[in-house]
Amino acid sequence: MLGHSKMTTAGFDVAIVGAGVVGAACALECARAGLRVIVLDRDPIGGGTTGAGMGHLVVMDDSEAQFALTRFSCSLWNERGVELPPEVEYQKCGTIWVAADEVEMAEVHRKQDFYSSRGVAVEVLDYRQLAEAEPNLREGLVGGLLVRDDSVLYPPCATRFLIEKAQQQGAVLRLNSTVASLGSHGPVLSDGSVVSAGITVNAAGISSPQLVAGIEVQPRKGHLLITDRYPGFLNHQVVELGYLKRAHSVTSDSVAFNVQPRKNGQILIGSSRQYGNREKGIDALLLRQMIRQATEYMPELKNLSTIRAWTGFRPATRDNLPFIGPHPNNENICLATGHEGLGITTSLATAELLVDQLLKRPSKIPYEPYLPGRSGERRADA
Amino acid sequence: MIEQRYRTDILVVGAGPAGVAAAFRAAESGARVLVVDDNPQCGGQIWRADSKKALDKDATKWLDRIRDSSVKFLGGLKVFDRPEPGVMRAEGFDQVVACRFEKLILATGARERFLPFPGWTLPNVTGSGGLQALVKAGLPIEGKRIVVAGSGPLLLAVAGYLKERGAKIQIIAEQTRRFDLVKLGLRLLKCPKKLQQAFDLKMKLQGIPYLTNCWPVSASGRNAVESVTLQQGPKEWAVSCDYLACGFHLLPNTELAELLGCRIEKGSVWVDEFQETSVQGLYCVGESCGVGGLELALVEGEVAGWAATNLKEKARERFSERRKWRGFAAGLNRAFELRRELKKLPTPETFICRCEDVPFSRLQSEHSWRSAKLQTRCGMGPCQGRVCGPATEFLFGWKTESVRPPVFPVRLGSFVPSSAGDAPAES
Ligand SMILES: Cc1cc2nc3c(=O)[nH]c(=O)nc-3n(C[C@H](O)[C@H](O)[C@H](O)COP(=O)(O)OP(=O)(O)OC[C@H]3O[C@@H](n4cnc5c(N)ncnc54)[C@H](O)[C@@H]3O)c2cc1C
Ligand SMILES: Cc1cc2nc3c(=O)[nH]c(=O)nc-3n(C[C@H](O)[C@H](O)[C@H](O)COP(=O)(O)OP(=O)(O)OC[C@H]3O[C@@H](n4cnc5c(N)ncnc54)[C@H](O)[C@@H]3O)c2cc1C
Repeated sequence: MLGHSKMTTAGFDVAIVGAGVVGAACALECARAGLRVIVLDRDPIGGGTTGAGMGHLVVMDDSEAQFALTRFSCSLWNERGVELPPEVEYQKCGTIWVAADEVEMAEVHRKQDFYSSRGVAVEVLDYRQLAEAEPNLREGLVGGLLVRDDSVLYPPCATRFLIEKAQQQGAVLRLNSTVASLGSHGPVLSDGSVVSAGITVNAAGISSPQLVAGIEVQPRKGHLLITDRYPGFLNHQVVELGYLKRAHSVTSDSVAFNVQPRKNGQILIGSSRQYGNREKGIDALLLRQMIRQATEYMPELKNLSTIRAWTGFRPATRDNLPFIGPHPNNENICLATGHEGLGITTSLATAELLVDQLLKRPSKIPYEPYLPGRSGERRADA
Repeated sequence: MIEQRYRTDILVVGAGPAGVAAAFRAAESGARVLVVDDNPQCGGQIWRADSKKALDKDATKWLDRIRDSSVKFLGGLKVFDRPEPGVMRAEGFDQVVACRFEKLILATGARERFLPFPGWTLPNVTGSGGLQALVKAGLPIEGKRIVVAGSGPLLLAVAGYLKERGAKIQIIAEQTRRFDLVKLGLRLLKCPKKLQQAFDLKMKLQGIPYLTNCWPVSASGRNAVESVTLQQGPKEWAVSCDYLACGFHLLPNTELAELLGCRIEKGSVWVDEFQETSVQGLYCVGESCGVGGLELALVEGEVAGWAATNLKEKARERFSERRKWRGFAAGLNRAFELRRELKKLPTPETFICRCEDVPFSRLQSEHSWRSAKLQTRCGMGPCQGRVCGPATEFLFGWKTESVRPPVFPVRLGSFVPSSAGDAPAES
């Protein structure tokens, strides 16, 4: 795409709208490839959904395409783990998927087969091993699946790290810049000025549909809570398996038990999913359901001191896969959006696949499943 | 954990002078009134129960009134959330309370402002009102050497109190200019009651140096503070001490009002002439709608108590007195405005956010409260920016942002009502 005609001499090769984790990762990948790149955001780095999310880097298996992307991206994070500065709080703590009954235990075994046949290290835990791994889980759970190489990090600092690294390699960052529209010569700012660029990457998260026609990205609201510091209370990211069944219902609100240990001993407690609610405020009813669900699995959580609750909006697509690549009707515009609840995880892979397409490089995994004009997305449309 | 449910016509949050006056006047009309306070007893900051000393006439009068009225008081409960319109939740040591109300009066008072300087996080460096509260609760202070520093009339009140309790006040260091205090003094001439208070205090503080244009630049000590370095003009010197009681005037507690969607103006809850906030049926009185001292808190409380029970004419009768105290408060707040030099106190290593250990140097490169919060976790600790928020506003001009529940840290379980079956009936 970035052949000859599109390369502008004056401005930038690539302008990225959005300094969330996705835009930041894309900026770094562009800069590494030697492209002249600028990142624009109206807010601070990571001030959108990225600053509200959980930072669980997790291999998921809802679909082959989701698996491929999350797995590829997790391996990229793990490769870079060593260079992440301490404030990113990167920790390879692993994920434990908890089974509450025999049906969910069957899912543990299915998952085990799926992951191990694709080379992901997993371990089935019986109820005793589960209790040993996470002593604060309630009694009576059946078992779980430990995914060793999953990890966690603190998204805003990870995002700044990516941006700063991109800047060291020549990328330009411009904050306090609101993009009003995407013109054919680059993004047009709210003051009317144009940032001249050959390709514009729309990485504006939940705001991305406002900048281009023809894509559907819906905000999917989530609640989180954070506790005071309780070192040793929790050792892994622990997620219930029922989560899978409920989390993908497009129509109804859902909550799931999903807890994360932070390096300093704080515990993040999630999570909820709600469509069609654009209110930033806390939904008290849903928050309560979420807390009930969490304390159902980990009764002792009840007594931990809670500091704050907040909400965030996941940029969701219809088929739960992100848009990565050229806009179907406008070759000056690329999309890197719609990462729903996995954008922290899949940001690095997104950036690689995007730049592979820009430079017509061979990609490490097929990029077709994530193309904006994909048929899956169209079918879901119908 | 037990959950108690209540239903009342009027819920008052805060049992300081403002809340007490509001509750008493509201109950006069026959309304059911419930008052909730974090402290186990009525009285707020100024009428805080003292193990060793009886309260003054004013305090006794109002506290007796409340005791003999139909007002119900629940102590030891922090109000932390509004789960739905018309209901507040509060957490206590071993219980949770949900209270359904028709009208709400917020009387959440003020807190001290802290400014960071090297050594301000050492043990035995406290707020000035903070040290007073500790002593009232039983901290032995006799013979201890104390430096009182910062700004505002509270310094004098606290020094007077501590001296009475046998402490050795080394010095009172007030940052504001002598000139501004003289102007304030001239105002006092118009308020005989205040003039008398000031005179009494002066007598009490005889022999203690009261320096204006003077502020602490650092505190040091091995395990706790041992010495404070003060600055006055070009002069800098060290004073040894066992405690540094240091606060820079007061800040309204607006968090609960913000959570409820009330308009905030210049750091205080905005109210109309009947003390009603921008949210209908929700009133605010006392320091939370502007720092102004005891007399103003009382009269505002009375106005709201009557207005909330539709006795607007009675409320109106108190407007002129309220005007007088508001004028006095405005003069007071002008006199104790912070001087710019105080922005230079932190060194790169000085912690600005003591919950998350964020030093000054890490904040200098940030451009807003939001980005500082995200990148350094400043203000993300248990105090949720109550201390470092105002400090960074002063140091960097940042505006803090959205309040989210819980307003205070609470047990996770306190958010969730016990299920319908095992919950007691509303009382
Ligand atoms: C509660 C919750 C929990 C989550 N947990 C996880 C998890 O554990 N693991 C995981 O991988 N993911 C998780 N996610 C998902 C993840 O946070 C998102 O997928 C990811 O942050 C999306 O990043 P983004 O860069 O696309 O969007 P954003 O971070 O929203 O970035 C978009 C940026 O674009 C800017 N922008 C928008 N419009 C304009 C404009 N017109 N002009 C200028 N700038 C503009 C915005 O200011 C913003 O900074 C979670 C999300 C939520 C809400
Ligand atoms: C630390 C301190 C010490 C002071 N000492 C003196 C003094 O010695 N002499 C003097 O003249 N003036 C003093 N003042 C000033 C004095 O408080 C005011 O002049 C005036 O009396 C304020 O009355 P109020 O009712 O508005 O607030 P306060 O007396 O502050 O009462 C507010 C009450 O609300 C309660 N509260 C707040 N939020 C919640 C919540 N969410 N849930 C439950 N309860 C809540 C608090 O526990 C408190 O009891 C002091 C102020 C402070 C901050």
